[in-house]
Amino acid sequence: MTNETPLAIDVRGLVKSFGGRRVVDDFSMRIPEGKIFGFLGPNGSGKTTTLRMLCGLLTPDAGEGTCLGLDLRNQAPLIKRQTGYMTQKFSLYEDLTIRENLEFVARLYEMDKRGERVDSALRDLGLYSRRDQQTGTLSGGWKQRLALTACILHEPRLLLLDEPTAGVDPTARRDFWDEIHTLAGRGITVLVSTHYMDEAERCHEIVYIAYGKLLASGTSDEIIDGTKLFTWRAHGPDADRLAGQLRGKDGVEMAVAFGADLHVSGTDEAALEAAIQPFRGTGKLNWHPTKPTLEDVFIHLTAGSKDNFS
Amino acid sequence: MRRLLSITRLVAMLMKEFNHMRRDRTTLGMMIGVPLIQLTLFGFAINTDPKALPTAIYSADTSAYTRDFTAALVNTGYFEIVTEARSREDVDGMLTRGQVQFAVTIPANFTRDLIRGERPEILVEADATDPVATGSAISALQQVKQSVFDRDLKGVSLARAPAPPAFDVIIHRRYNPENITQYNIVPGLMGVVLTMTLVMITGLAVTRERERGTMENLLAMPVRPMEVMLGKIIPYVIVGYVQATIILIAASVLFHVPVEGSVMLLSAAAILFMVANLAVGFTFSTIAQNQLQAVQMTFFFFLPSLLLSGFMFPFRGMPQWAQVLGEALPLTHFLRIARGILLKGSTFTDIAADLLGITAFVIVATAIAMTRYRQTLD
Ligand SMILES: Nc1ncnc2c1ncn2[C@@H]1O[C@H](COP(=O)(O)OP(=O)(O)O)[C@@H](O)[C@H]1O
Ligand SMILES: [Mg+2]
Repeated sequence: MTNETPLAIDVRGLVKSFGGRRVVDDFSMRIPEGKIFGFLGPNGSGKTTTLRMLCGLLTPDAGEGTCLGLDLRNQAPLIKRQTGYMTQKFSLYEDLTIRENLEFVARLYEMDKRGERVDSALRDLGLYSRRDQQTGTLSGGWKQRLALTACILHEPRLLLLDEPTAGVDPTARRDFWDEIHTLAGRGITVLVSTHYMDEAERCHEIVYIAYGKLLASGTSDEIIDGTKLFTWRAHGPDADRLAGQLRGKDGVEMAVAFGADLHVSGTDEAALEAAIQPFRGTGKLNWHPTKPTLEDVFIHLTAGSKDNFS
Repeated sequence: MRRLLSITRLVAMLMKEFNHMRRDRTTLGMMIGVPLIQLTLFGFAINTDPKALPTAIYSADTSAYTRDFTAALVNTGYFEIVTEARSREDVDGMLTRGQVQFAVTIPANFTRDLIRGERPEILVEADATDPVATGSAISALQQVKQSVFDRDLKGVSLARAPAPPAFDVIIHRRYNPENITQYNIVPGLMGVVLTMTLVMITGLAVTRERERGTMENLLAMPVRPMEVMLGKIIPYVIVGYVQATIILIAASVLFHVPVEGSVMLLSAAAILFMVANLAVGFTFSTIAQNQLQAVQMTFFFFLPSLLLSGFMFPFRGMPQWAQVLGEALPLTHFLRIARGILLKGSTFTDIAADLLGITAFVIVATAIAMTRYRQTLD
């Protein structure tokens, strides 16, 4: 991270517990302005909770830091004005029309030229002709796009998006990501949580969290290289069927089928080779070492942290 | 930046709430339907038998006879002499303010006329705005009249039993001379309907946002607690007005309830009363986790209001502790105000104490709501 770019998010040691359970534990993160950061981790790992702390919806039990240079604890109202937060669950009013929802947002932020702005947002979105339709009648993909429009209407400097593309079809997802890159190009900082690996690859950097603890961060290459994971790929007929036989062998931490391929990974290079040795002579299969994918790394990291956690 | 209230944001909240209301036909129908149904259902009275009603006595003549009469009144159990009035004006004032239920006036020369056998008259005025409360006491009066002086007058007069009583008791039912129960029920119904629907509707309006997840979005935007609260309250004040108007029109058209006092004054008092109930609903919504809980809390509030305010049972017939509880409820005060203005023609000064009671309630409820309201999801 360069020192010249100011940090949009700079938090240290965030902790949040619910009923005595630490849901976010000693979480630190620095995001320079204008970057897109992917926020990954299994369900229930504390992503939503972290995003809520960043935009002032939850008070951290411990920790400190700034968002957009404003103090997380004392200046939450000011942070809210310049932040757009898209909730995981669709949270616009379904009984209001599309237009009424956007006008409501525009008024709450006390924006000027509201009518004009709302109209132009509706045109950009392609919903101008359907503006008087009740929001609840929109399809999932349209709801996501409308929600994004609503949270960038007030021209925030920071966007916190919580699984914005969950359950949306691939084309809509690609359009959505094009839009996010356009926004980042204008200098807006984006922190977006997701479960999709292809989306993770489209982020400048990735933050990986599991069971409330930050496990890895950096670019996708940095994370892959930093994990010291070795992977062999088997290619050939029925390669994926070997997964069951390889799992549980010494040196094999995971054996995952990717289509017709099999990825076998472990941290001990020698033990891993020894483990796959009996299967290499069978001729039909093509074995070669390969760079682990982000997914391999995340599965590995999650498995490791689960052992620590329990 | 940190103003308590922004007009633009308040307008945003108001427009949003009106749009919700407009589209929620079921609730809207309920808000209009409930007063009509209640009106029909409460067309009959609930009978009770309150004792020890506060009574003022104005005695222009004092003798063993008048003392006996007073003692006999008290012995019926229905009357409790709380004050001695010094003039007829005094008596009038106490009745209008609702300080006493009865006023007994013993005329000058009562004793002399009695001994002469001239059948003097004692005037008993009853505040009959609540006829249920006064009914039994008035029957008891007849007994007193028959028997009180039987012993005293034996040696003096020529009267022999059975004989006509030696004097007359004239009963004036003030404010509701025909003793019509609807006169009492219908103005009260206005308060009851407003209490039930308004507490519930605000309670639901906020918990619904929490249940649907829209609260998270709302809190992520720069809206302040006061704006949310007013945004949720003001639209329903208007709904409350529609309800109150329906009841008032029904009161005068169907039940011919008189409107003695100022409708303007009643409207002003009604605003205060509605705000009190809406503040309660908002407070509940900061406690309830979901809509079901909000409805349950509404009934926790509504039942005591119904039972202890003097709507169901005459206020003065209740035990002391219940009266104390009742005084804390806005409905108790509003019932007095509504009955006072409609039936007695009460003026501002007459209802000032009750307005104060409601105001105190509003302040406490708003303070609780504002401290309970969270700008976070914690
Ligand atoms: N308000 C809350 N009260 C109690 N537990 C909560 C609350 N919010 C979240 N949790 C718990 O905290 C954990 C992390 O949740 P969350 O931040 O939503 O994870 P993620 O978004 O990564 O799926 C989960 O186990 C969830 O059940
Ligand atoms: Mg989540």
